[in-house]
Amino acid sequence: MTAPIETTGAAAEAQPEAVLEGVASKRIEGRSLGQIAWLRFRRDKVAVAGAIVVILLIAVAAFSRPLQALLGLDPNAPNESLIDPNTTLPKGDFGGMSGDHLLGVDPKFGRDLLARVLEGSWVSLIVAFGATLLSVAIGTVLGVIAGFYRGRVDAFISRMMDVFLAFPLLLFAIAISASLQGGAFGLEGLPLHISVLIFVIGFFNWPYMGRIVRAQTLSLREREFVDAARGMGARGPFILFRELLPNLVGPIIVYSTLLIPSNILFEAALSFLGVGIQPPQASWGGMLNQAVKYYEVDPQYMIVPGLAIFVTVLAFNLLGDGLRDALDPRSR
Amino acid sequence: MTETTDDENTTIPLQKSAEAAPAGSGDDAEPLLRVRGLVRHFPITKGLLKRQVGAVQAVDGIDFDVRPGETLGVVGESGCGKSTMGRLITRLDEPTGGSIEFQGTDITHLSTGRLRPMRRDVQMIFQDPYGSLNPRHTIGGIVSTPFRLQGVEPEGGVKKEVQRLLELVGLSPEHYNRYPHEFSGGQRQRIGIARALALKPKLVVADEPVSALDVSIQAQVVNLMDDLQEELGLTYVIIAHDLSVIRHVSDRIAVMYLGKIVELADRTSLYETPMHPYTKALLSAVPVPDPKRRTQRDRILLKGDVPSPINPPSGCRFRTRCWKATEVCATTEPPLVALRTGHQVACHHPENAEDAAPAAAGGPAGKASSDQ
Ligand SMILES: Nc1ncnc2c1ncn2[C@@H]1O[C@H](COP(=O)(O)OP(=O)(O)OP(=O)(O)O)[C@@H](O)[C@H]1O
Ligand code: SF4
Ligand SMILES: [Mg+2]
Repeated sequence: MTAPIETTGAAAEAQPEAVLEGVASKRIEGRSLGQIAWLRFRRDKVAVAGAIVVILLIAVAAFSRPLQALLGLDPNAPNESLIDPNTTLPKGDFGGMSGDHLLGVDPKFGRDLLARVLEGSWVSLIVAFGATLLSVAIGTVLGVIAGFYRGRVDAFISRMMDVFLAFPLLLFAIAISASLQGGAFGLEGLPLHISVLIFVIGFFNWPYMGRIVRAQTLSLREREFVDAARGMGARGPFILFRELLPNLVGPIIVYSTLLIPSNILFEAALSFLGVGIQPPQASWGGMLNQAVKYYEVDPQYMIVPGLAIFVTVLAFNLLGDGLRDALDPRSR
Repeated sequence: MTETTDDENTTIPLQKSAEAAPAGSGDDAEPLLRVRGLVRHFPITKGLLKRQVGAVQAVDGIDFDVRPGETLGVVGESGCGKSTMGRLITRLDEPTGGSIEFQGTDITHLSTGRLRPMRRDVQMIFQDPYGSLNPRHTIGGIVSTPFRLQGVEPEGGVKKEVQRLLELVGLSPEHYNRYPHEFSGGQRQRIGIARALALKPKLVVADEPVSALDVSIQAQVVNLMDDLQEELGLTYVIIAHDLSVIRHVSDRIAVMYLGKIVELADRTSLYETPMHPYTKALLSAVPVPDPKRRTQRDRILLKGDVPSPINPPSGCRFRTRCWKATEVCATTEPPLVALRTGHQVACHHPENAEDAAPAAAGGPAGKASSDQ
């Protein structure tokens, strides 16, 4: 027998490259829905642009430190010679832009903004991906269980989702971050802040994912192919993993992609409020926080991290919308 | 398909209902499936406490047997409980009353685990050729699922057997690695048939197997099922919503109305001398191919809609639409009795037979369903 179909289908959706190979090498064989989705996705120029930007962003974030070393930049190196001691603003126009400091430097310290944006990129993405992964893991498991077993199990999980969604997340985040500032779970400093952010954002966002997965599961389990499997003697786990889950992979990928940008914004907001990543560690939200004080005299300082957030969020949203159009059979 | 009980109809004259044999008897062969008093009520609940305020009486006390090798057709309008009945006898759903015996074993309330052996012998073909195949699985994966689930290793391997099955239903074995969305409705239904036949079942329940298909394709699929029955010695229960589709393939036909069987007869007997007014109406809607005969049969148009199965009419459930209804029809439910060998009907004033309640029948013509 050939490999089980779900795994190829799932892999095809998770890694577009794998699909390309598949299309090239086995044209005679049937095209899976994943392959068709990929062909459709490729035709969507805006989504492809979004995907390219996202891939670039991930590459930059992943190699942020080596890249800084390569460019000879240090996000935390102050350079007082670039600062006007009277105003504490960077010397020169456009926030101190120069050949050495392509995006200028920050006021007061004279730290290189390019280096700080690069440094902030991996923090932002790691928090957003980590939180999304956590939400997706909890949301998928509980959503599938609620939709599949229905009845009291569903009622219980659904009420739990309502409770989580009613939670004043921002207040909770502020409280928890403030109380853990000193150190907890054997972590301190940056690793602690990142973990707390991932936990707070991921743990309180799972109901969005949970609701989507639950609704999909509820409608899938009424499909006749589930009855067909039951009629052949299939039990719960088989129906869940072989029949339902392969059909849930598409929606899960789409909504994860759309959850990432909202989590990036959330991280930025928490860092902006001073309860996320703590200075001197560079982060996009933290930079914005600092920049607010200078927005009239040194707009450059606000534009740089603002643009970074804007481009990232936009790219992920375009990619997510494109994936949804490509994977959602209703948009055919 | 051959009829084994046909000759009896022609030789034995009308029987009085008093002598009528109980449901299902009159055949010496042990039935493959024996259904007695089958009931499925879907509770209607209200409010937070899920208080039961009523029930959809989808199937409400039906008796029938399915004999080995025969094809039992089940017809009735939409919503009369055919699919529910099909899901009950394949035990995709659990009855709220009555009993189902398969090959002498009571399967009415067996658990999923205990049902497993029976799953090999009873298979279902579904109505929706798009919904019944998992879009994420290849055809090979779909047709080999029964082997995997039942732990059966066919001679020569699963793949070879699946390709043989694909050929059997008129598809190319090369379709093994294709996905369902690449096929037409008729082809998909063939895939569903291949899957249903994989484990060489004894009983196949087909719920409107062709009603989602183009008329031009319907005959092909019905004929395929017919051929396969002869080849593999299958027993069919075929559900349809009108008599035209199953006319040529059924040995016996059960007519359902609002959760009840109102007539159950051999095919020829039912077509030539329908006894229940509802059957007569259904038959009149079947297009007659021969134009000379067309004029003889007026089309009977039933007035009104099927009443709600939540609150069915008292007495005979068909009385709100029946042109022969009398008082007795509203007060007494007509039992399903054999008025002839191999011809059971539930009506106080049957057609083509002696009136079962002549005292109450004061000229049925004018007394149509003006009450209610
Ligand atoms: N799961 C369910 N819960 C509640 N009511 C149901 C359920 N399934 C079926 N019913 C009801 O039972 C009745 C019979 O339905 P069923 O699907 O068996 O009819 P049918 O004869 O197959 O009709 P059709 O020709 O439209 O397929 C209908 O009134 C339907 O609304
Ligand atoms: S004649 Fe009476 S019993 Fe017979 S179908 Fe009509 S209403 Fe029902
Ligand atoms: Mg039906």
